[in-house]
Amino acid sequence: MSQEHVVARTIFTPFNVVTGIILAIGGILTIMRFTMGLGAVTNLSHYNPWGIWIGFDLLVGVALAAGGYVTSAAVYIFGMKKYHSAVRPAILTGFLGYALVVVALHYDLGKPWRLPYPFIVSQGTTSILFEVGACVALYLTVLFLEFSSAPLEWLGFRRTRNLVVKLTIVLTIFGVVLSTLHQSSLGALFLIAPSKLHPLWYSPYLPFYFFVSSVVAGLSMVIFENTLTHRYLNHKMDEEHKTGADPLALGFGKAAALVLAGYFSIKVIGIANGNHWNLLNTPYGYWFLVELLGFVALPAFLYAVGVRDKNINLIRYTAAWTVLGIVINRLNVSLIAFNWHLPSSERYFPSFIEIGVTLFIVTLGVVIFRFIVTRMPILYQHPEYEGH
Amino acid sequence: MSITRRKFLGWIGAAGAGTLVGKRAGAAANRHFTGHPDSMGVLYDNTLCIGCRRCEAGCNAVNNLPAPNRPFDDLAVMDTPRRTTAYEYMVMNRYDSDSAPAGPFFRRIGCNHCLEPACASSCFVSAYTKAETGAVTYDPSVCVGCRYCMIACPFEIPAYEYDKALDPSISKCHMCHHRIVEGLLPGCVEACPVEALTFGKREALIRIARKRIQTRPDRYVDHIYGEHEMGGSNWLYLSAVPFREMGMREDLGVVSAPQLTHGALSAVPIVVGLWPVLLTGVYAMSRRKDKIAETEKADAVKEALDRASAEAETRLADALAKAESEKQKAIEKAVKSALEEAAEKAGTDSAETTSEEES
Repeated sequence: MSQEHVVARTIFTPFNVVTGIILAIGGILTIMRFTMGLGAVTNLSHYNPWGIWIGFDLLVGVALAAGGYVTSAAVYIFGMKKYHSAVRPAILTGFLGYALVVVALHYDLGKPWRLPYPFIVSQGTTSILFEVGACVALYLTVLFLEFSSAPLEWLGFRRTRNLVVKLTIVLTIFGVVLSTLHQSSLGALFLIAPSKLHPLWYSPYLPFYFFVSSVVAGLSMVIFENTLTHRYLNHKMDEEHKTGADPLALGFGKAAALVLAGYFSIKVIGIANGNHWNLLNTPYGYWFLVELLGFVALPAFLYAVGVRDKNINLIRYTAAWTVLGIVINRLNVSLIAFNWHLPSSERYFPSFIEIGVTLFIVTLGVVIFRFIVTRMPILYQHPEYEGH
Repeated sequence: MSITRRKFLGWIGAAGAGTLVGKRAGAAANRHFTGHPDSMGVLYDNTLCIGCRRCEAGCNAVNNLPAPNRPFDDLAVMDTPRRTTAYEYMVMNRYDSDSAPAGPFFRRIGCNHCLEPACASSCFVSAYTKAETGAVTYDPSVCVGCRYCMIACPFEIPAYEYDKALDPSISKCHMCHHRIVEGLLPGCVEACPVEALTFGKREALIRIARKRIQTRPDRYVDHIYGEHEMGGSNWLYLSAVPFREMGMREDLGVVSAPQLTHGALSAVPIVVGLWPVLLTGVYAMSRRKDKIAETEKADAVKEALDRASAEAETRLADALAKAESEKQKAIEKAVKSALEEAAEKAGTDSAETTSEEES
């Protein structure tokens, strides 16, 4: 007993040491970024104005945070109440994901303190980026409100909490509208550059691809994250969360199989629409096929098999694989197949500092997630609010 | 009234066909934007250019740009291809040609001042303005530094002050807008010693360019670069060699940048208008489904209970009846057996009496 007590109190757990080091390095890199400028810390160039801080932190971050709107829509709008226990963790991940996207954006922007300028100083409404900015700002607010019921229960503000809970349906619908808009418009960002993005990835359907794949990303992320919390935070879960995991994997896996199959179809229609079949037999074409067959068709099939055989483990591995596929897709569109016409000497590869900052922001997300989950009623129902 | 049926139908038909043809043609014509009327431009003719880099020097001087590492009269700078940078609004590149016509050939790289600029369309703070002079100007006082304009520009022109930590801006040629409004020539045009650069109204420049091609078809490629590329631009180019041989893209198409995104942007109101209605409908349906399921469940439970209690009652009644009848039977049986016993006893008694009497 006393032994346990000592172990529990030491702050030098492996997790804390590793994250502590990453956060400390991240702090140093942050100072470097804001004193030396983007040129000194990144490999960005006039040809390659966007690097992994946009390609990964923004595009992948937003796609993987889609679990929030997907889960809350499934439970509150489509009435799939049996997945209710998945809503709060998904909303929390969504909220943290978007919050960190905004944090990461501050590193990338030249003058981050002007972030509100598009709304209050000079509105560039013809820009897809304006749509992205407006929707992300509004959706972050929606996610904050959706998430706020947990800290309000934790803090004991019963009346405010009940008010927030009453807004659930309105917030969920608002969240789906905003997510539809900005998930798709992240793809639409690249519509303006047909001469720079490889024709296999460039398509007038880009907004649809990004929206549909965000649903896949959301479903897979919820399964994946559920697996992780079960392994590492099992002691924080109540019975509903523990027993809800397998039906959740089956239900969301089934949905993911269907949506992935649809996504595969519209991707193929995209090639047909542009008549780019001949490009498949080129190096970029092979890479495109790796993405299309290995990370869209294969997981669609594996999800389907997993659901048919009730093979929860297969579904969970497939979820992780699909998440990786979404990462690859977003990096393809924004970095790998972007500027494909340039000679290799002008192509972009991230610097160590860029990778370090990205790692720092992801770690920050994990630490904050852990902090909140170990304190607030996320993986269990607050005893005073059960059944509400 | 002398309108015959035939005449009447004829009129109707003509009116219908008229609206169909006339309106369509008109609508299509109105969609084609050809730039601000009387906007200015520059024509660069590389058959006249001697590659002296004085345009670069002129640009540097009028825009107060920092002095370059190597002086402008050092022509060896052009041995390696360059592009616009944060401190070079325009550069001249040299391309050596092996085949006829004999080179070297020069190419100006700088903002083409599109009629419908991608940078202006992509900027989420409207930092770019397409001025009536034809110049595309940039206002650093609102720029957030997102660099989406650099993604959007098909000519890869906007450059960024990556070396500045706190107040970086975009750099690009602004066609010396401030000089044009004062009646002066752009810095590069003024510095050109051989009139390889001609400043004038875009319409006039196109006429001049056509005339040059017509007069010396052997000398020019039969194309005015910038007349239609990405919807057209205020800078126009004439060349002795195909443009692609100097790295100028010939696959950009004639669709202007704003048209590439206008479909996606016009989907916004549709999503905002339709999604809430559809989702509320779905919510109402799932609520109704739940409600119906609940009432059905309650009804089923009630029915089951009713049936169970009714069954129990009948079973009880049956049991009671059975018990009653059994009881009755038992009584009857008991009575019967008692009677029989009594009768038997009576029989024996009389027999005894008889035998007593006999004995």
